[in-house]
Amino acid sequence: MQSQASAGHNPTELRAWPEPGLTRVPYWLFQDRQVYAAEQRRLFQGPLWNFLCLAAEVPNVGDFRTTAVGDASVIVTRDADGELYAFENRCAHRGALIALEPRGNAKDFSCVYHAWTYDRQGNLIGVAFKDGVKGKGGMPPSFCMQDHGPRKLRVAELCGLVFGSFSDTVPPLEEHLGEAIGPRIERVLAGRKPVVLGRYTQALPNNWKLYMENVKDSYHASILHLFFTTFELNRLSQRGGIIVDPSGGHHVSFSAIDAQAEKDAEYAKQSIRSESAYRLADPSLLQGFKEFADDITLQILSVFPTFVLQQIQNTIAVRQIVPRGTHRTDLNWTLIGFADDTPEQRLMRLKQANLIGPAGYVSMEDGCVGGFVQRGIAGAGDERAVVEMGGSGAESSESRVTEASVRGFWKAYRASMGL
Amino acid sequence: MAQDVASLIAQVQAAYARSIDNGDLGAWPDFFEEQCTYKITTADNHSQGLEAGIVFANSRAMLVDRVTSLREANVYERHTYRHFLGQPWIQSQDGGQVRSETSFFVVRIMRDGTTDIYATGRYLDLYALQGSSAKLIERIVVCDSSRFDTLLALPL
Repeated sequence: MQSQASAGHNPTELRAWPEPGLTRVPYWLFQDRQVYAAEQRRLFQGPLWNFLCLAAEVPNVGDFRTTAVGDASVIVTRDADGELYAFENRCAHRGALIALEPRGNAKDFSCVYHAWTYDRQGNLIGVAFKDGVKGKGGMPPSFCMQDHGPRKLRVAELCGLVFGSFSDTVPPLEEHLGEAIGPRIERVLAGRKPVVLGRYTQALPNNWKLYMENVKDSYHASILHLFFTTFELNRLSQRGGIIVDPSGGHHVSFSAIDAQAEKDAEYAKQSIRSESAYRLADPSLLQGFKEFADDITLQILSVFPTFVLQQIQNTIAVRQIVPRGTHRTDLNWTLIGFADDTPEQRLMRLKQANLIGPAGYVSMEDGCVGGFVQRGIAGAGDERAVVEMGGSGAESSESRVTEASVRGFWKAYRASMGL
Repeated sequence: MAQDVASLIAQVQAAYARSIDNGDLGAWPDFFEEQCTYKITTADNHSQGLEAGIVFANSRAMLVDRVTSLREANVYERHTYRHFLGQPWIQSQDGGQVRSETSFFVVRIMRDGTTDIYATGRYLDLYALQGSSAKLIERIVVCDSSRFDTLLALPL
């Protein structure tokens, strides 16, 4: 039998990356069910950190929230010791979901199927009719509850962002994020008390990696998203860049107002007449408030494999990317404000929320463009994408006309997937 | 009188849906007062008192901007809606203002003919009566589901 084993028969064997480097990406990666299955093992249940929820969503003892790490449904709870715990939302008995509600408060968790019961840390503490009824039935004496339970996740928190990992060998979260990323999460969230302003899910008609490529692709921003250009809201005086961490997997893309250039541009503008006929009838949308010590007005930050923290002016949100098969992806948006927002600041966040999400002025295109690729490549699994803007490397750059962070994603992907 | 108000609002809402479904998006902001609120949110957010929506406007000018952006700036695959509205339920009437609630069912038709249920939910409305007409002071569009397929371009 063993002699018959070959790449075609072995379900764990993936096709080879077609050529060295990161500038050609084969389309079968977005279509292949074996790739999808391997991603579940190596990325979502491998030695990486995946975003679970905000600590602010489970503030009190007993609070829980259900979330997803790849295909796996996961329960995050806060136990009496004040600590956060996470475990699979899968009964150790016959595999049913343990918690059906997206959030709530619970003393313990009881599976509806046969009432196997778990404490807030995911330990099995009760089995209905364990000792039978009137001396008949029941589990055998050899059955030991401690030997059974849903898989537990390691949990780590940074600035109120809760990450989890199925792996016992995952490096600490701070190490995973590294010096390039941690401080830029802190820049947005440190020392503040976040509050959830709203949530929604965008169901994307494409493979999850097409969305992550899009998030990391600073090349497309001014081409696909024409809102700022149409209404002449682009500032000539912007400076920016991208940061790619050494693993390639995490990135930050940012732009900032260059105060001196802004001043010069204001002078120059006096004599320039606009060519566009379009103006916002209500420009209050963009009259944001000064929130950060620096002049950065846009910071898109991704953590490999599937987390995004965004600051677009005063719109702060996290995006959790959940694969739903090779051709579908759930994009879970959570919009964030802060406990000390004034009413005016809160109103501005609500107004600027028009920029993002499924109806976002600068993001709705990202909801459909992945589907255009998925449909475009449907008959072309053996063809390859060209990812060569800005060269072949995956390093930080002052220019955003580059695909360096897309290549960075593939660098980290190949390393984690063994491709 | 109550019957008259209900039929007036039903008539206005039919015209509202017609303007979106028949592609006359430019007329859509005119169903609102100049000072108005329009929000698309989810039943989950609404029931928890979470303020942020998918779309939020607190002036008719912001609705005009959305139409301009959809026509001139945003990129999306061509599609249309067909709205089906329930009978308006008149919650209260106070002088010239009427609060009402109406179920909606919206089907989305893509350019290749793919036809899907796009959204269901209810309009929570505050109308200002103006003689034989009525304009929206507030429309909160509460979608039953929190999932939005691909994107939301056209208003609900």
